Amino acid sequence: MTDTPVQDGPVTAGLTPADLELAQRREIDTPSSKCMRCGAEEALPLDSGVILSPWQIAYETYGTLNADRSNAILICHALTGDQYVASTNPVTRKPGWWTMLVGPGKPVDTDRYFVICSNVLGGCMGTTGPASTDPATGAPYALTLPLVTIRDMVRAQARLVEHLGIDTLFSVIGGSMGGMQVLQWASLFPQKVFSAIPIATGARHSSQNIAFHEVGRQAVMADPDWCGGAYLKAGKRPSKGLSVARMAAHITYMSDTSLHQKFGRNLQDREALTFGFDADFQIESYLRHQGMTFVDRFDANSYLYVTRAMDYFDLAAEHGGSLAKAFLRTNTRFCVISFTTDWLFPTSESKAVVRALNAAAANVSFVEVVSDRGHDAFLLDEPEMFRTVRGFLTGAARARGIPAPGGAA
Amino acid sequence: MTPATPSSSIVTIRGDHLVVCDLVPEGARVLDVGCEDGALLQLLTERRHIDGRGIELSQSGVNKAVARGLSVVQGDADMDLSDYPDNAFDVVILSQTLQATRDPKGVLEQLLRIGGQVIVSIPNFAHWRNRMQLLWRGRMPVTKYLSYQWYDTPNIHFCSIRDFVALVEEMDATVVKAVALSGQGDRIGFSAPWWLWNLIGEQAVFLLKR
Repeated sequence: MTDTPVQDGPVTAGLTPADLELAQRREIDTPSSKCMRCGAEEALPLDSGVILSPWQIAYETYGTLNADRSNAILICHALTGDQYVASTNPVTRKPGWWTMLVGPGKPVDTDRYFVICSNVLGGCMGTTGPASTDPATGAPYALTLPLVTIRDMVRAQARLVEHLGIDTLFSVIGGSMGGMQVLQWASLFPQKVFSAIPIATGARHSSQNIAFHEVGRQAVMADPDWCGGAYLKAGKRPSKGLSVARMAAHITYMSDTSLHQKFGRNLQDREALTFGFDADFQIESYLRHQGMTFVDRFDANSYLYVTRAMDYFDLAAEHGGSLAKAFLRTNTRFCVISFTTDWLFPTSESKAVVRALNAAAANVSFVEVVSDRGHDAFLLDEPEMFRTVRGFLTGAARARGIPAPGGAA
Repeated sequence: MTPATPSSSIVTIRGDHLVVCDLVPEGARVLDVGCEDGALLQLLTERRHIDGRGIELSQSGVNKAVARGLSVVQGDADMDLSDYPDNAFDVVILSQTLQATRDPKGVLEQLLRIGGQVIVSIPNFAHWRNRMQLLWRGRMPVTKYLSYQWYDTPNIHFCSIRDFVALVEEMDATVVKAVALSGQGDRIGFSAPWWLWNLIGEQAVFLLKR
């Protein structure tokens, strides 16, 4: 659900908002990363009933696929993430968003595994989304793009994985909305998923979470520059609305404790209250900063589409209300991870998944990591999470017969 | 990261674990409730080639077990056993944990429902050393094996070997096999009537069936 860890300083040193906007526009149709483009013969049927064609999926890979093609790991990104999990983002020029977890010698060791990360369907970093150019009109799709679901995202990823010549993924890993994709993968393609690590996620989006998303979407739509979704054509951007949406969402990624520790009631560059509506408090200034930097790198309609995909996610509903049935006869090994202060996807949501997996007699591990950093914890330096992921993957690699970098199995 | 953890890495194997190991059939589906750091599950995987799962309350225990490559969930014998379907496992193990549960009878009921066979090990509160402390000093027993004071012990439902056997009978289950052990986990290598084991066994391992 979140993208970048909590940042303090300017995130895009040396780049003006205009530079960023230009770079972001360029990435939408012509990503700097690898990209699989599918024509009419490879059309993608969506849950909405619409058949999408043509479409494209932008992705990055790290490490080397082994001769057995058995060491591939798919990383699924969260709400506003992208394919640059462990390499520099071409728009913001910031390092990858999960470099603490993914890289040479890291828990997801790119010396050992072949790592794939793609931009989600509905996104704005090179995979088809509402900002992409509709070949029928030559203009951006805007709201004419059909709504997409988490299952659509996963089906698109499955096409990519197939295209890369991989039958079975050694692991599918993701947090928040990425974790939803992990669960969807394991349920939809159990024979293609050897192991799965859903982190800080749930098998459905809760009423409270839908509510927060609705606030964000309404903020975007209330901005006159949204232009009924056709802002790109009108040469405008609903920056104010999207910024407010991001500010509201950002609160849900943190915890009361982490906010209090970081900001308390401290004032921003002033000695006393101003008796006005300036950002008197540091937390206000911080949120405004988060909102402002977000609009430069993210498309507003994309935000509407991807939040909606999360809202629609309900894995049990696909199986007559029984989550256990979503995983029946699965051979996938699961490692479910939650964080103590995550109130967006609280441990109870993860436990519901674990309960269902137990009822389906699945092979499941579950760890609740003690952290005071709320939902964002999954993107931050959490040694306990790293140890768990490393240990789980090492055990699974042994079972799968993937040699360690040193050579020993 | 150390790659595999071969059996040679196990320095000492607990005596009660060896007794449990003898009771578990080759290749069984096993659930270890209160599996700590997964030492027993690992032993059973290596020696009996089981398909093993664990439940453990402490986060550090779960993390160590998962890091060993075992499938362990963080959970609680009192709360989480009801999630498992009937006869989900060939063998369910509850090692030195029953006395720390809130509802031992309810837990035992769940174990018998989930597992074809149930292995339970318990500390024996009626061991002669405990009896002596209570009789001569009038104090709650504190021994090397049960080293807690009454006010800080996690063991809130102590029983004796005879108490446990009586409960099993009351629940219409049968004791298929029983082994009495010393505090160090050494087998008391002769069969004796329950009253004698109840006096000299510091702990006991039971194989139950219903």
